[in-house]
Amino acid sequence: MLKQCEGSQAIAEVVAMCRPEVICAYPITPQTHIVETLSSIVKAGRLKPCEFINVESEFGALSVAIGASAMGARAYTATASQGILFMAEAVYNAAGLGLPMVMTVGNRSIGAPINIWNDHTDSMSMRDAGWIQLYAHDNQEAADLHIQAFRLGEALSLPVMVCVDGFILTHAYDRIDVPTQEQVDTYLSPYEPQQVLDPDNPVTIGAMVGPEAFTEVRYLAHHKQLQALELIPALAAEFKATFGRDSGGLLHTYRTDDADTIVCALGSVNGTIRDVVDDMRGQGVRIGSVSLCTYRPFPSEALRTAMGHARRVITIEKSLSVGIGGNVSHNLRMALPDPATRVHTVIAGLGGRPITRASLKRVFAQAIAGTLQPLTFLDLNTQVIERQLERERAVRRSGPAAEAILRDIGINGAAQPEGNPT
Amino acid sequence: MTGPRHIKFYQTGTFTVGNRLLDVAVQSVQSSLDRNNSLTSGHRACQGCGEALGARYALDSAMRATQGQMVVANATGCLEVFSTPYPESSWRVAWLHSLFGNAPAVATGIAAALKVKGRSNVRVIAQGGDGATVDIGFGCLSGMFERNDDVLYICYDNEAYMNTGVQRSSATPAAARTATTPTVGDEPGNVFGQGKSVPLIAMAHFIPYVATASVAELRDLEYKVERAMTFRGARYIHVHVPCPLGWGSDTGDTIKVARLAVESGLFPLFEAEQGEVVGRRTIRRRVPVEEYLKLQGRFAHLFAKNADPRRIALIQAIADRNIARFNLLEGADA
Repeated sequence: MLKQCEGSQAIAEVVAMCRPEVICAYPITPQTHIVETLSSIVKAGRLKPCEFINVESEFGALSVAIGASAMGARAYTATASQGILFMAEAVYNAAGLGLPMVMTVGNRSIGAPINIWNDHTDSMSMRDAGWIQLYAHDNQEAADLHIQAFRLGEALSLPVMVCVDGFILTHAYDRIDVPTQEQVDTYLSPYEPQQVLDPDNPVTIGAMVGPEAFTEVRYLAHHKQLQALELIPALAAEFKATFGRDSGGLLHTYRTDDADTIVCALGSVNGTIRDVVDDMRGQGVRIGSVSLCTYRPFPSEALRTAMGHARRVITIEKSLSVGIGGNVSHNLRMALPDPATRVHTVIAGLGGRPITRASLKRVFAQAIAGTLQPLTFLDLNTQVIERQLERERAVRRSGPAAEAILRDIGINGAAQPEGNPT
Repeated sequence: MTGPRHIKFYQTGTFTVGNRLLDVAVQSVQSSLDRNNSLTSGHRACQGCGEALGARYALDSAMRATQGQMVVANATGCLEVFSTPYPESSWRVAWLHSLFGNAPAVATGIAAALKVKGRSNVRVIAQGGDGATVDIGFGCLSGMFERNDDVLYICYDNEAYMNTGVQRSSATPAAARTATTPTVGDEPGNVFGQGKSVPLIAMAHFIPYVATASVAELRDLEYKVERAMTFRGARYIHVHVPCPLGWGSDTGDTIKVARLAVESGLFPLFEAEQGEVVGRRTIRRRVPVEEYLKLQGRFAHLFAKNADPRRIALIQAIADRNIARFNLLEGADA
């Protein structure tokens, strides 16, 4: 049924249709609307049986989900930003124990400086935790991925993170095709745990493992993710058969067949990238794009097939691996068959800075002209940087940098980044 | 009536009443041939470990109270490490270890799952040492109390981080030597701080049941666990468990040391319901704190040649305050 609604509401409605038995909620912007909507759904009696638990922290939220999953219940929570860092220990633990659950991440930057707006630093910080990570490119996919995530996680006994761009998706009103309960029930059966706490058949879960077996346990975690590489496309195909639309899978290609320049990105920025691809295609540029839906496991083989023929690859990355550059580009470099393929990393959209068509078009053109550096920060205001570096050179006690920069650009943030034509 | 075949084990060398004298109905859980051996033999706890003893009695008692329908969430710590070196396990209960600081929240999740599934007969216990309880897991513990989740949390308090090699926790008593409160300087050992009574903090959440217990009073511990299992909602039992390794006490003195903590007034035994004290265990033979302190290497500096006598007096004042606050003297008005 078509419905005009906020992304968070669509996600909450669809999560409720997945019949989670335990939902743990702790507020953090920008995922808060999801758990708020779910609390209304549960309190109104529309989702039964379900325990909605207001916990005291994100660490508590994921720990409650761990206990619920180990007791055989379908568990769900949502978080973002500082929240995922606060629960970090439990993030690794849930994956290490092999407990399926689904967690929405309303992607947001991480402080300091504190910033509530969108980028991917939060979920990227957990890329090696052992969770499957799916990134939604629009709100329809954000909603749909949750249905697939429960199915996928429970099939493999692994936790799944559905990453949804904060504000850009979570707070955007869109036309969403909301599935029927019957469709979801057809696709998603009740949870049958692989391991469970059972007083009548007691097992020990979470024993100490030493050097004699730790590598094997870790290898099996990797092996499960490799299994996910096969299962994810199969589940997306089955999803299409049930719901009648393409959603999820490993990646989505856009005009890549004859492209010698291919842009790769995660999440909602792919919409803007496709607009730029269309624009440049209109001018005869052979450019295409790949929206990477599955980031963990990393779909190397599928990327090779989709991008192996490109002469140059540009990643648009909403997180910075400080001291080296991009996370996606480094993974992608390993997947590409020809070491001569140029790979450009463009760090963009940090802390919610808009990624405009004009700026993207400019860096794509620079890449094609051979003038783009291997690592670029989109719309970086170099004047502000220089001024701050000069201050730090001049005085030992130059004070906090972020605050000094805010003073430089004015209290309204009116100063435009250099070279930004908007 | 009692027959010899019902008797397998009872404590000697203590004040514990011999089971032979009692009716079968009131004999201890641990003396029963039907006991569960929840934490069974073969584990790797140190000789004289108070925590292993306390956990065994507490869980066997809970298993009997629940007819075996029970699940345990365990915090990281000695109890977890000595009981589950891969691929061995000493647990004869459904048991989950997740992290150091989240056992109360994991237990909440288990309880929520049981509620959703309509399995109200299955009960949940969370347990951990003092580090997991009074320090790193304190936020999760308070959250579990405040929501009144249907969980019994048992803290085995050996007054320091023993698993990592005896470092100070906020349950470490004044003047005690630990690896991070060394006996150097003018004020050797741990500081004389304000203290942190998690049982009283638990009571301030007005949860249905809170109790303190000691391995010196194992029948009392069994009773309190059984009593706790008659309530629904959040419950808390704080068990004093000597650690010969960390305390520098003789491995054969665990019960004796625990008893002296009770009899000196340093570890008051009481129970509370809905935030009000409803019972206390009076001191049978009051002893000065020196009797408790001198058995332990962690307090040896208090008895050194040039030791400041005021420091023992300060510890005695803590014991006296407990005795007054909880009305612990035999014959005193209840």
